[in-house]
Amino acid sequence: MKAVDGVSYELGEGETLGLVGESGCGKSISCFSIIRLVPAPAGVIVGGEILFGGSDLLLKSEEEMDRIRGAEISMILQDPMTSLNPLFTIGDQVAEPLQIHQKLKGEGLREKVREMLNLVRIPSPEVRMKEYPHQMSGGMRQRIVGGMVLACRPKILIADEPTTSLDVTIQAQFLRLLKEIQHTSNLSMIIVTHDFGIVAKACDRVAVMYAGKIVEMAGTVELFDNPEHPYTAALMKSLPKAGMRQNRLYAIEGQPPDLRTLDSGCSFAPRCPRAMEICRKEYPPRVEINDGHTLSCWLRKGEVLND
Amino acid sequence: MSISVQSTAVDGTSRQESGARLWAMVLHARELPLFSIGLLLLFVITGIFGDFISPHDPLRTNLRAVLLPPFWEETGTATYLLGTDHLGRDILSRLICGAGVSIEVGFSVIIVAGLLGTLVALLSGYIGGRIDAALMRLCDIVLSMPYLMVAIVLAAVLGPSKENIIIILIVLGWASYARVLRGEVLRVKEGDFIRLAVIAGASPVRIMFRHIFPNIVNTLIILATLQLGMVIITEASLSFLGLGVPVPEPAWGSMCAEGRGYIYDAWWIAFWPGVAIMLVVLSCNFLGDWLRIRLDPKFRQI
Repeated sequence: MKAVDGVSYELGEGETLGLVGESGCGKSISCFSIIRLVPAPAGVIVGGEILFGGSDLLLKSEEEMDRIRGAEISMILQDPMTSLNPLFTIGDQVAEPLQIHQKLKGEGLREKVREMLNLVRIPSPEVRMKEYPHQMSGGMRQRIVGGMVLACRPKILIADEPTTSLDVTIQAQFLRLLKEIQHTSNLSMIIVTHDFGIVAKACDRVAVMYAGKIVEMAGTVELFDNPEHPYTAALMKSLPKAGMRQNRLYAIEGQPPDLRTLDSGCSFAPRCPRAMEICRKEYPPRVEINDGHTLSCWLRKGEVLND
Repeated sequence: MSISVQSTAVDGTSRQESGARLWAMVLHARELPLFSIGLLLLFVITGIFGDFISPHDPLRTNLRAVLLPPFWEETGTATYLLGTDHLGRDILSRLICGAGVSIEVGFSVIIVAGLLGTLVALLSGYIGGRIDAALMRLCDIVLSMPYLMVAIVLAAVLGPSKENIIIILIVLGWASYARVLRGEVLRVKEGDFIRLAVIAGASPVRIMFRHIFPNIVNTLIILATLQLGMVIITEASLSFLGLGVPVPEPAWGSMCAEGRGYIYDAWWIAFWPGVAIMLVVLSCNFLGDWLRIRLDPKFRQI
């Protein structure tokens, strides 16, 4: 069973890519595979390349990956409540990546920790450093995790549903913080989310995933203006709009497919309102219809891309 | 439909009353097993300083003071407070020095078996896969053996000595730690902070010892407390059968054995060591139970 089957994208410096899709579409796993944290022994990376800084991450040894993880590529997870070790102080935890990668100690280490806590807008860092996670709210914990994760100034930050567990107002705050940090340090980000609002606010480009594949990818504005793939269009349609009275919310009929029993055709065909004969028989190739806008759908013709 | 809520006020109580109530609350809230802790402290202190506080030399025989009863009996004397045995040796002194043996065996076994079991649990739970399968099968084998019987056989084969007992009990004891702590390791592994540590580039060794171990230490302590009682009883049983600490070094188990033949005439020879074993093991169990109730839910709440 392929949780991810043919996901292909490029991420430029300072760029933010949004990965959108329903639960179970493979967006989180594809991110874990970038840093080679696919849970073994059940999960195995069976093919492809992950090019970073000129070399393929899939060919690196575990020790080399340990050096890259945290220092060059880092990740924030979804649940801030369990993201911090309950037995260590905040200061100790933010210090950890610095100890591992930069081998800092003593006053130098404390200085850097203070700097990071300031960066993520934790008030009175001196005091907070000595406190424990259970004394902090969810929003603060997520920011502390941000501080931990950015301590070694990685080049890429992957955020796996970073705001899903936070209140709406805290969500906005956190996103704003991430964007600001991104601007000052030219950080590239991949934000995995199922919330188009976040995509609109924070992402330069978006990739829509379904059943382990990317079905459409475009610049954010372009995607919102011209959602070509029926799945993307349906997702947009199901967003409640402010100011409009709706009696029923639009929902896509059917369920995401069982990845173990996929047919050879387009995986969205069973639920697609515009499915044709060929959709059920053959999976559509990825085509480029506009500058930077790619799509896998038989409904639109364009320049076929070889992946 | 409207709902109205009226604020209620609570009557204040006098200062004395609230002071007493507070004190009761503190005692109750902590519910310290004072008796168990006190007794175990006594046990440990006696065990460590036994040689200094013992009134007589436990090995010195005195054939003119054979089979004297405890001091409150008619023929008893204050010199030998708890009586003497069939060789005229002071029971109290032997009891005190026997504590030392039980302490040495008890703590050596729970510390080493505990650490060994923890190591197995960490490797098994964190690394998983074939190592996990192999270690757990080994665990199963050890756990399925009848504890006391195997101890007896091994002691008979290796010969009775304090060191052999300690080794045998360690070999039999690590498995229960490993089983339980592996479950704890798996639970701790679920927390996102472990994944974040991996994401931060921490090596497996660092994660196991810095992140997982401190989170399972409380369970380890509870297990060790409960095991202490079991180890002491087993050592006493082995000594009772003549397979433990060799005579004439005083050990509570062998003291019971020696007193067996005199139980109708000189009940005190077997009685005091028996009571000592019972009180110590009971205290260990109470303390372990209290720790389990006190420590576990609190940690889970985080």
